[in-house]
Amino acid sequence: MDALINNLGIIIYASLLYTPPLLFAAMGSCFSEVSGVVNIGIEGMMTIGAFTGATVGYYTANPWFGFLCGGLAGALFGVLHAIACVNLGADQTISGTAINFLAPGVAVMMAKAIFNSSDTVPLDPSSKIPLLFNGVFSSGSAVSNFLKNVFSTYATTYLVFICVVVVWFIFYKTRFGLRMRACGEHPRACDTLGINVIRTRFVCVCISGFLAGLGGACVTMATTNQFRPISIVGQGFIAIAAVIFGKFRPQGAMIACLLFGMCSGLRIVIGTSNAAISAQLISMIPYVVTVIVLILFVGKSHTPAANGKPYIKTK
Amino acid sequence: MSKVEKFLQSAFFRTLISIVVGFAVGAVFLAAVQIDVGAAYGKLFTSIFANAKSLSYSVVYATPLIILGLSVAFSFRTGVFNIGAEGQFVVGSMAACVVGILVPAPAIVLVPLCVLASAVAGAVWGMIVGILKVKWGINEVLSMIMFNWIAFYLSNYIAGLPAIKSDGNAEATKNVQEAAMILLPKSVISKLGLCNSANWGIFVAILLSIFCYVVIEKTTLGFSLKAVGSNRDAAEYAGINVNRAVLTALGISGAMGGIAGAMNLLGMGQRISIFTAQESYGFQGIIAALIGNSNPLGVFFGGLFYGAIKYGGSRLNLIGAPSEVVNVIMGTVVFFIAISHIFKFRKRKKEGK
Repeated sequence: MDALINNLGIIIYASLLYTPPLLFAAMGSCFSEVSGVVNIGIEGMMTIGAFTGATVGYYTANPWFGFLCGGLAGALFGVLHAIACVNLGADQTISGTAINFLAPGVAVMMAKAIFNSSDTVPLDPSSKIPLLFNGVFSSGSAVSNFLKNVFSTYATTYLVFICVVVVWFIFYKTRFGLRMRACGEHPRACDTLGINVIRTRFVCVCISGFLAGLGGACVTMATTNQFRPISIVGQGFIAIAAVIFGKFRPQGAMIACLLFGMCSGLRIVIGTSNAAISAQLISMIPYVVTVIVLILFVGKSHTPAANGKPYIKTK
Repeated sequence: MSKVEKFLQSAFFRTLISIVVGFAVGAVFLAAVQIDVGAAYGKLFTSIFANAKSLSYSVVYATPLIILGLSVAFSFRTGVFNIGAEGQFVVGSMAACVVGILVPAPAIVLVPLCVLASAVAGAVWGMIVGILKVKWGINEVLSMIMFNWIAFYLSNYIAGLPAIKSDGNAEATKNVQEAAMILLPKSVISKLGLCNSANWGIFVAILLSIFCYVVIEKTTLGFSLKAVGSNRDAAEYAGINVNRAVLTALGISGAMGGIAGAMNLLGMGQRISIFTAQESYGFQGIIAALIGNSNPLGVFFGGLFYGAIKYGGSRLNLIGAPSEVVNVIMGTVVFFIAISHIFKFRKRKKEGK
């Protein structure tokens, strides 16, 4: 029983460690996609955020400032994507692919210039994102171990769930949210009603870059303590997949991200306790599960009608 | 319209401009990190054009990128974005690797068998996504991302199986048999002064480019695929079986993705490593397709260009310059290709006045 509680605690701990980066990025992806702009560049925006966060965190020893800078670096590439796709009507997939090459390239080049290595110098625990409730729960009995595992996690974990609530509120309870969803469904109608489609989409894509950057910074400032060229690889795409899986709703994307995060957690527990099952096969589980869940329960997802189509105002 | 004007309006010209801008932006970043731009670009180009050996290396690097580019371009024409080329590449190389290690046969049988295995594996990988889309309406981008990861872990798993894994400590498979390799004959290599990895793959890439051109431009199948790509509803109304077109495109695309994997393995790698992160070949293929404007001839040169820069870039470390500048250049090129239509747009507006 104790072992069970202990393992459960470790699984939850690991899930809460791996979910936040995905979830931040997924919230970003939601903003962009719902306003009608496909943002496949999330991956690149996460990478630049991861690098900037780790670097600024290292030099200023101020984790929150580094974290914020990570977001801003992501937003910078968001602006680039927005100019191309929203203002100039470029193909959104092509522009996103370009960003996925550009941003990691810039990140590793800068790392080599600053640190003389493609990895950044590991952060001291004091310059990492702080653990919340550190020391509140003492280890000892199985239950207190469990509580320690579950609650003494990085502050970003708490922040990301607050972020989901805020995003949900913006989407469904504010005027901006309604307008931006409308822009994703029928931009021409919005334009007729006096909504500035270009500005709305521009803002959404920038927010999307900002949140993806925060997600990247989570990886290098909480989950691990340094930026490496393989820090992000693929996580941005998982976040995009989570959003499609969650039918372009923040709450749906959250459930999908928790699923991916939990599978990563399971992998660690099973991987350490039972070497008989190949770690590679266990790692495959979340992706297979996603496909099965899609077939059985989710099926056709409703894509915002104008998603991927540039809006060009007729004069 | 005069010839000059026609040229200035062409996609080719816009691509050239984008490439120039790409190198300019790359130079800015190199200068920003205090690297001598002249020395770095000098090294990049001399590494490519120095002699027959370095040129042949560029071609060897380019071969899988060309074929992957064709794979992406082919499905692009049907309106499907093949972000799954990565997974098809991985299962293709693994299939070729397994056959190349385990099947005892002479080269004349073994090589076609390896290529066939890779094509089938890639096609299956592409078709699964197609079936998920056609039968259950599952977004293909989502399932392709999933299948890229499934392929990645599957390949790592197979590479670790006792029958396949290398006998030494290397985290990799055994080498495939010499008979499975598609290297050019030793005599040709030494006579022309080519690199040791010079192989037949580039001829496969040429054949596949021709194949794509013929299928897309000259056959009924190609016509129906393009029709589905440009307007799905109109194509359906005209009696084209849209679902079958999507499945066919993904099958052919996947097969080419798989063959690209085989060419890379049998021409250069000879074995597959257990990776900790995806190699992103698929995305490099997407770049080749975009540079080539999804047109088979364009993709061929797009892939060749990328392969050369990739090889030249890998030599930059020798003079202490970051090879990642290649990604910056390529990203910028593609970014400017994405927005290049605005130049054309402005021109037309002026004419209208």
